[in-house]
Amino acid sequence: MRHGMKRLLIAAAMSGVAALAQAQTVKVGVVLTYTGVGAEFGQQITRGMDTFMKLHPDAFGSCKVELIKRDSKNPGGAEAKTAVQELITQDKVDMLTGFVFSPNAITTASLATAGKKPMIIMNAGTAWITNLSPMIARVSFSMWQSGYTMGQVAAKQLGAKTAVVGYTDYPPGKDELAAFKAGFESAGGKVIDAIPMGGPGKVPDFTPFFQRAKDKKPDVFFVFVPAGDHAVGVVKTYGALGMRAAGIKLIGPGDITQDNKLQAMGKDGVGLITVHHYNADLDNPENKRFVAAWKKEYGADSTPDFMAVQGYDGMAAIAHVAKTLNCKIDPGKAMAALKGWKFDSPRGPIMIDPDTRDIVMNEYLSELVEKDGKLYQKNLATTMAVKDKCKELGVGKCK
Amino acid sequence: MTPPGFAAAQALAARHRFKWWEVLPWVAAIAAFFLFPTYLSFGTQVLITILFALSLDLVMGYAGIVTLGHAAFFGAGAYTVGILALHFGWNEPLSGLVAAAVVAGAIGFVSGVVLLRTQGLALLMVTLCTMALLEESANMGAAYTGGFDGMPGLEFAPIFGVFQFDPLFFRAQYLYALAVLLVCFVLVRALVYSPFGESLTGIRENVLRMHAVGAPVQRRLVVAYTISAALAGVAGAVFTQTTAFVNLSVLGLDRAAGVLIVLILGGYGRLYGAFVGAVAYMVLEHTLAKAYPTAWQLGIGIVLIVVALYARNGILGIAETLRGRLRMRRAS
Repeated sequence: MRHGMKRLLIAAAMSGVAALAQAQTVKVGVVLTYTGVGAEFGQQITRGMDTFMKLHPDAFGSCKVELIKRDSKNPGGAEAKTAVQELITQDKVDMLTGFVFSPNAITTASLATAGKKPMIIMNAGTAWITNLSPMIARVSFSMWQSGYTMGQVAAKQLGAKTAVVGYTDYPPGKDELAAFKAGFESAGGKVIDAIPMGGPGKVPDFTPFFQRAKDKKPDVFFVFVPAGDHAVGVVKTYGALGMRAAGIKLIGPGDITQDNKLQAMGKDGVGLITVHHYNADLDNPENKRFVAAWKKEYGADSTPDFMAVQGYDGMAAIAHVAKTLNCKIDPGKAMAALKGWKFDSPRGPIMIDPDTRDIVMNEYLSELVEKDGKLYQKNLATTMAVKDKCKELGVGKCK
Repeated sequence: MTPPGFAAAQALAARHRFKWWEVLPWVAAIAAFFLFPTYLSFGTQVLITILFALSLDLVMGYAGIVTLGHAAFFGAGAYTVGILALHFGWNEPLSGLVAAAVVAGAIGFVSGVVLLRTQGLALLMVTLCTMALLEESANMGAAYTGGFDGMPGLEFAPIFGVFQFDPLFFRAQYLYALAVLLVCFVLVRALVYSPFGESLTGIRENVLRMHAVGAPVQRRLVVAYTISAALAGVAGAVFTQTTAFVNLSVLGLDRAAGVLIVLILGGYGRLYGAFVGAVAYMVLEHTLAKAYPTAWQLGIGIVLIVVALYARNGILGIAETLRGRLRMRRAS
């Protein structure tokens, strides 16, 4: 009997030790597009996460962090949903993160609710995503943040009275149109024409769209197209039609001046004015440290872009939760820790809005300039602490 | 003294009888339910793909209609139940399946009447175009379809009012998909072994001869195409109901090409090719993608090249060849 008691005690002590050891590991399921069309985005985010760990080796305190990576493959959402389901039921992760394409976050939101797993979104920018689950917090952006700010800035800083909008005809494009229009017209401007310019699948000949815009003689021409080849086409057509000489400024959100594509744009891009939450040329100590560490690790020709910084900040949010909760992730407490969380990011000070669980951050107005044969972003003005206007104004599904 | 041709007639008649091994896939599916309780979301996707591949087998494997746009009907069914649930409050799952079959079948009939007049590459092109048209309609009709972002958070009533869909472990979804697959399979099996099915095989093997014996070739093809479209629609409907969302991915070329690969890998025109292909391809992809999230496509690519080079008739083709050789050896 005494033996039995002793054995029981030892067993209890051992299970206690086991529980302690277990509690020290925080398991995080990372769902990103590692292959296919989004592979480059997945890589930028992964490198951002790694750079955070390198610069902040103590961020997790005594917790060990285990990242379990799963490929969300395509923007469809079914693969992401299965991956998340297995991360929750098989790997028993404590938190979820990643999510490049909006549909991947949209389809998995219900799993975060059902499995009670905090879900930190590192990209997916459709404004109403954060309304889908109380378990979601977003460290990336909403399409409305750059669009609305650009509208305000165009009227106030650039002194524009009239604008023409050209946009790629898919949800982010339509969001940007609505956001820009709301921002611009609330500041006294007038959108005199909105031109849909084909789908995101292939780069159209922009000439007829741009000619139509030129004929309307607006003060500014706001363009939203996907990053990459579209942006290059826009810049070339703008130059070819002589719109700059006609006094029409080309403006847009920072998607068209993605940092790692900048040098490929060539001289036609000089003078392009954008609003975005990050560019690699931002002048603050955190960013200097971030870019330096990045270039040291991935080569001088490699540049972090806004996706990278979102990965960096997402990792910071996870570390904050782990450290605050002493490595034991309780979903309710984790969300409470995220609400109102503040951090000094390479993109400037950021915060998670306690009401919407969406990010609050600065938006930077910058102009593309050339120096020593290279293109740089010159910061013209900063709009501080921008919230998601879609939810603030209650537009459509954001209600 | 048996009349001439008796053996052949007997062999034909015996073809449709159930063989002992035909119960194996279903036993395996139920065993998987108990053995892998945390894999049922994936398992449900496999079952849906089997049903979808089965519908493709009917037109491609049996009737010889080569199509690259079969996801058009999958998508039509998927969007039908999605739109009914979201905009009309019609979220009873079984009647949703019927609605999906009717809509997808109607689209199959109308497009079939037009496009089955063509053959070969032209047919391939117009099936692709039909799908692209539907995809773009879904993209532009965002007020109903949700466009690129799709319709998330759809809610469906319990099956028979009793079995609730399970949001985390997908137990009910898996069994539901399995039951639907069983019903559809029995239907397809009866169909391909019926005289109608035989005439489809005839059209595939020698269309001129079928014309010569007076078979209504065009009508048969349209009927087969319509039935196949309805089945694909059911597969799509099960997809929407079990995953609780629908977006443009149900109509894409990815899905259409994916199911083609599955069917060719398993072996088309063989009824069970859809089962073998879907399980082999999806389990391989799933395992590789889990182990190597960034490099899994390499493994898939190598397997597909090997199959294309050495196993033209798919996995079931290999099995048949081996069985044939064994018999030859025994006979000699």
